[in-house]
Amino acid sequence: MTEVTLIDYGAGNLRSLRAAFERIGASVRVTGDPAEVAGAERLVLPGVGAAGPAMRALRERGLDRSIRGSEAPLLGVCLGMQLLFERSDEGGVECLGLLPGSVRPIGWAERVPHMGWNDVTGDGEPAVCYFAHSYAVACEDDVVAARTPIDGRDVPAVVRSGRLEGVQFHPEKSAGDGRRMLERWFAA
Amino acid sequence: MLRRRVIPCLDVRGGRLVKGINFESLRDCGDPVDAARRYADAGADEIVWLNISAGEERWPELLAAVERAAERVDVPLCVGGGVSSTEQARQLLLAGADKVSVNTAALDEPELVTELADRFGTQCVVVAIDAARSNGGWEAHAAAGRRPTGRDAVGWASEAAERGAGELLVTSIDSDGTGSGYDVDLLATVCDAVTVPVIASGGAGGPSDLVRALEAGASAALAASIFHDGTHSIAEVKREVAACGLPVRI
Repeated sequence: MTEVTLIDYGAGNLRSLRAAFERIGASVRVTGDPAEVAGAERLVLPGVGAAGPAMRALRERGLDRSIRGSEAPLLGVCLGMQLLFERSDEGGVECLGLLPGSVRPIGWAERVPHMGWNDVTGDGEPAVCYFAHSYAVACEDDVVAARTPIDGRDVPAVVRSGRLEGVQFHPEKSAGDGRRMLERWFAA
Repeated sequence: MLRRRVIPCLDVRGGRLVKGINFESLRDCGDPVDAARRYADAGADEIVWLNISAGEERWPELLAAVERAAERVDVPLCVGGGVSSTEQARQLLLAGADKVSVNTAALDEPELVTELADRFGTQCVVVAIDAARSNGGWEAHAAAGRRPTGRDAVGWASEAAERGAGELLVTSIDSDGTGSGYDVDLLATVCDAVTVPVIASGGAGGPSDLVRALEAGASAALAASIFHDGTHSIAEVKREVAACGLPVRI
């Protein structure tokens, strides 16, 4: 059975993500060890909170190098997706720089955070997923696989490039649509 | 388009689901994780657990229940009730709560909201405000509505949002438990005063009440007894919300 490795860098609760992968039949390892991350088959980069403390935690543990050096498929979830890009306006922090683009506040939205269930439309089945974020990725169209409308503007909901994928929503909290998204990534 | 949310609220004492007219006649109603799952399967967009435990001794049981919920419930879970420190919030979030709501402790020490937002991110922090009509406005009450604070509830809502609350859970004390509808004026006033999402609470008697709260500007409507007593289902409420032209997840 393929193993999914959740990168634990102290960013909080990984229980829900772990359970969501176990529900689709994955065997899950949770680790903060850079060597284990470097050798993992499939990686998931979770993230809750702010970009600055998250990047600091990844660097302190040497996990940024393991993630950059890995050739395994990697899924970034919410903040974990944002960290894949070059920099974030949230605290003006340099991120992992694996994808070209930056992270900007969704200042035009009527209400911030963008909190709740919204459309995810793109190259997969249309879905409605759960979002909770105040920043969004700004990047070239070629890495955007699906988008979500926020008060008249679309933001990237799914990005994909080579071994990298990122989702701005929380698939582990998005009921059946989230489950199908995880199944697709896991089977790819 | 961002959907309006329908949220069932469950009273939890330690690790058990309870129901009661007042604190003296609480009845054990089973496992709150099972109940949360049933509601999630029935279409609930989020679940709120209100911890009404009397004391600290029930805390580990609550955390254990939150852990089981995180493993079994695939929609967001917000836990509140008696949370008074960043350490308690940390424990709930680590156990698997997606959001933590604070009420009395935030009124007593508003800095707590700032600390929670800085530490865990605004999207985890819900400030619950219990408001009662007073002198043409609304007064914020602490201690589950028992202690008037002298603070203007709308002013407190603005301050809480500025301090980093990612969401406000606004309960009308006057309407709560009456089934005669939410305090729509209160909701409209708070929604105008802040730019964070507002969850309406207190007074739902039927689907049309939730519609009115959402039309007043609330991003979500929370209800308890209409769902628990089986008088109305989540699906029924959502059908009515959709019929009134508001976006919901069906």
